[in-house]
Amino acid sequence: MIPERIKAFLLPIGALVALELWARAVHLQSDSLAPPSAIAAALVEAFKDGSILVATRDTLTSAFAGLLVGGAVGLAFGIALGIFHIFDRLMEVTIEAIRPIPSIALLPIALIALGFGYRMEILIVAFACVWPILILSRAAVSAIEPRLIEVSRALRLSPPDRVRKIIIPAALPRIFLAFRLAAGIALIVAVTVEIAINPIGLGAAIMTAQQALRPDLMLAYLLWIGLVGYLLNTGLVIAQRHLFGRAALVGDAA
Amino acid sequence: MGSSPALRLQPSSCIERPQIAFTDVSLTLGGKTIVENINLDVKPGEFLCIIGASGCGKTTALRLAAALYQPTSGTVTFDGEAMQVPRRDIAIVFQDYGKALLPWRTAAGNVSLALETIGVASSQRASRIEELLKKVGLPGHAGKYPAEMSGGMQQRLQIARCLAQEPKALLMDEPFGALDAMTRQGLQDEVLSLVAASGATVIFVTHDLEEAIYLGDRVIGLLPHPGRIGIELKIDLPRPRDQLTTRENPEFLRLRRELFDFIKASEA
Repeated sequence: MIPERIKAFLLPIGALVALELWARAVHLQSDSLAPPSAIAAALVEAFKDGSILVATRDTLTSAFAGLLVGGAVGLAFGIALGIFHIFDRLMEVTIEAIRPIPSIALLPIALIALGFGYRMEILIVAFACVWPILILSRAAVSAIEPRLIEVSRALRLSPPDRVRKIIIPAALPRIFLAFRLAAGIALIVAVTVEIAINPIGLGAAIMTAQQALRPDLMLAYLLWIGLVGYLLNTGLVIAQRHLFGRAALVGDAA
Repeated sequence: MGSSPALRLQPSSCIERPQIAFTDVSLTLGGKTIVENINLDVKPGEFLCIIGASGCGKTTALRLAAALYQPTSGTVTFDGEAMQVPRRDIAIVFQDYGKALLPWRTAAGNVSLALETIGVASSQRASRIEELLKKVGLPGHAGKYPAEMSGGMQQRLQIARCLAQEPKALLMDEPFGALDAMTRQGLQDEVLSLVAASGATVIFVTHDLEEAIYLGDRVIGLLPHPGRIGIELKIDLPRPRDQLTTRENPEFLRLRRELFDFIKASEA
């Protein structure tokens, strides 16, 4: 009997072996494909010369900084909109008008205002991260059990205590879910900005490899980005279980 | 029912000031009159039960007593002071215990919320929590989360949180409505002994007529649309009450008949 966890790896490993055999059989010469062994060798080489680590650092720095800035703005507005319905009404049209703008469409403006480098990329990532966090934290706050609000009124909790002891903890599992979602978006947007124009990070490294006619290196970076995204999400899922093991029982435990 | 002033409990011999007093209280929400002209005095230490058909304003009356609602006209006073906002010496036990507890806090943490709020020093909280949980029959459950407790245990926990406020008045909104009969009887007796020990005034809303007679010093019945006081019965059954002998007492049966007829007539 094959253990369940190993079964999940059978298909990808089989595919890799088949690809390798096929590439060798036809003596693959291509600008877009490379045999798995060449990709693995390129990945090792990129680690050895440190270039992949520098690129990863640049991309993650921008992604995280953007996530933090956008998350903070989104969270502050989301909580305020969830608590004060008047504010929600006032902002409704403004938010719905700005939200559909694709973050990448800000690239030309951001480039003129801030030039190449981290700041421009962080701004665009932040813009993309504001919305999911704003909308999900607003929903999380307004979905808080009204009875809990009544309990806080009956106990006459002060407004700061009400936010600190009731609203934030009650909304936190969903807010964390919003951050997980936004972390994925941050990575996607950061790499996109790098591929489009910004000469740093993993996105730029893929472009360089492509222009150097190195499909093995290009695919090595592609695999690595997938792996980074997977590790990021896994880390956040573990953190979520660790932080909200009990609280996650309420609301959506997703 | 042209006799509403006569229904106001005001024994001439009584020199005690009422603890909770409703004077001509009406509440209109969204153009609909929910309760109208309620006059009611509750003495300190009294156990008052409110019964009535569904939608008659029982819960609304309780919320007015807690100042969770403000009357459209009339006044609600506590110890002679008009109430603008809820008071910490009035505790309210909600029917839906599952929603009224903080699911991210343990049993101890839920009791602690009330202690933190009334300003009990953190060094003293642990011993107070232990004492309160023991009092409501939850010793050794301090570390459990509400989701890990049965309905009866959760309601006990909510009562412990209310007792932590050291309330002068305890307002209970159909607290045992969602519990099975055995758990309910056990909790009825526990509430009677907890209240007897603390001397708190109680307003207890229920739709269970027998429960109202079994627990109360007095039962008032509300008529629906709009809610107003329709009947008032003094319960002169000996205390301590007993689930068997009290419920077999001829006076208990007579009161039950009277309330039953009242409810039937009010629904007609």
